[in-house]
Amino acid sequence: MRKWVYYKDLILVLISKEMKVRYKNTILGFFWSIANPLCFALVFFIAFKVYMRIQIENYIIFLLSGLFPWQWFGNTVNSSPGVFIGNANLIKKVNFPRIGLPLAILGNDLVHFLLSIPVLVIFLLIYKKHPQLIIWSIGIPLLCIIQSLMVLGFSLAVSSLNLFFRDLQHLTVIITNLIFYFTPIIYAETMVPAKYRPLLLANPLSSLIISWQDLFLKNILRPSLIFVACGWAIVIFFVGYSIYKSLEPKFVEVV
Amino acid sequence: MNTVVSLKDVYKSYSLRPHIRGGFKHFLLHLPKYLKEMKQDNTFTVLKGISFEIKEGETFGIIGPNGAGKSTTLALIAGVLKPDTGTIEVKGRVSALLELGAGFHPDLTGIENIILNGILLGLTKREIKQKMDEIIEFSGLGRFIYEPIRTYSGGMLARLGFSVAIHVDPQILLIDEILAVGDANFQKKCFEKIMEFKKRGVTIIFVSHGLADVERICERVALLNDGRLIYIGKPKETIEKYIEIMGENGRN
Repeated sequence: MRKWVYYKDLILVLISKEMKVRYKNTILGFFWSIANPLCFALVFFIAFKVYMRIQIENYIIFLLSGLFPWQWFGNTVNSSPGVFIGNANLIKKVNFPRIGLPLAILGNDLVHFLLSIPVLVIFLLIYKKHPQLIIWSIGIPLLCIIQSLMVLGFSLAVSSLNLFFRDLQHLTVIITNLIFYFTPIIYAETMVPAKYRPLLLANPLSSLIISWQDLFLKNILRPSLIFVACGWAIVIFFVGYSIYKSLEPKFVEVV
Repeated sequence: MNTVVSLKDVYKSYSLRPHIRGGFKHFLLHLPKYLKEMKQDNTFTVLKGISFEIKEGETFGIIGPNGAGKSTTLALIAGVLKPDTGTIEVKGRVSALLELGAGFHPDLTGIENIILNGILLGLTKREIKQKMDEIIEFSGLGRFIYEPIRTYSGGMLARLGFSVAIHVDPQILLIDEILAVGDANFQKKCFEKIMEFKKRGVTIIFVSHGLADVERICERVALLNDGRLIYIGKPKETIEKYIEIMGENGRN
């Protein structure tokens, strides 16, 4: 019993530390986490809607409904390589559950994602789209759980492996950038030719991001896509967790 | 008396080549050599079969020259390191004063850092809140406790760290050379606190180069040299042995 209370407290305290530290001594604070996807949405809007005339209606809200969850994924995964290296002293000297560190990063980015949903709602209302409370109250927790599992899996793998293979931190940035363009965020899933569809779904992020777009823009959830996303999330989590578990005893010697 | 810490035939080595060095090109060009090296024994053995037991309530010292394996032994008892072979059994809550102020963040206030540090040392939030007043009181930081700790001096940081660490309410206390922090006044306070723990029946394991401190505090002392347990016994006898081998090392 005490053990679970302790785990809960550990994660909460580490998350609150991350939140306090991230925007300490900045003027705009939390606004920065919204500013990034908003700026990208604007740039993509000009490049693809205004210049290239992409055939997607309400392109701005389409972009935002993919960019906000992507931002969560990208932020957590890209900060993973430094999670253990950045806390070298702690790992060398204190015996605490190391998984608390990546969990805190994940939790922090999850909270930021949740706080960005009201911003998205404002945009939806501007475009005369109305969120349906019932489906959102099921969909948001469900997709958050799936995405948390998936992101945690990636994060555990990257943060653990990076201790042994430091090139990974550079590789991670490149790979997440590449995955971004293979995920239907700036283009619609329906624009992908049928023969390339398997390739699209081979990207674990696709089914998840499409589900978020379904939920935010159309107030629907497609069970088939949720199923695929869920499958990916479970596989990635277990791979990531077993990498972490098998390398964890050696952390203290290489960090 | 119950045995609370027991090490049986513990070996510990560090890998000398923990990650791939020399870059990717080098790695690819010398792949066969790398694979061969990986199979070979590239380790440095720090502990070579250490066995001892510590009883409940005992104050146990560990002395020895630099590189003898003292800190590694403490880290193994603290659970930060895992042994290669052999077993380590520890019964009871361990507070390891290996590092004061673990996880302290300069931009957070003293109070925020007490919570952060306390959690990392194994306390729940409720337990920290219960002890908050005592911790602040012992640190003697007064109103500074509400300021970000980047405004603190080194001594103030050490006081805050030590204050949290001793309020973990340990059953086993590990101390590694930390009595050297703070001014004479604070050192005296730390020493008194350690004596108080001793009176309360807390098991204390103490690593130090300060032989006078060891003789004053400890009931039994182990002498390590080159990863082996050379001698274990009364402080006075062990310290004599230590001075003896230091003399031999000096002559060689």
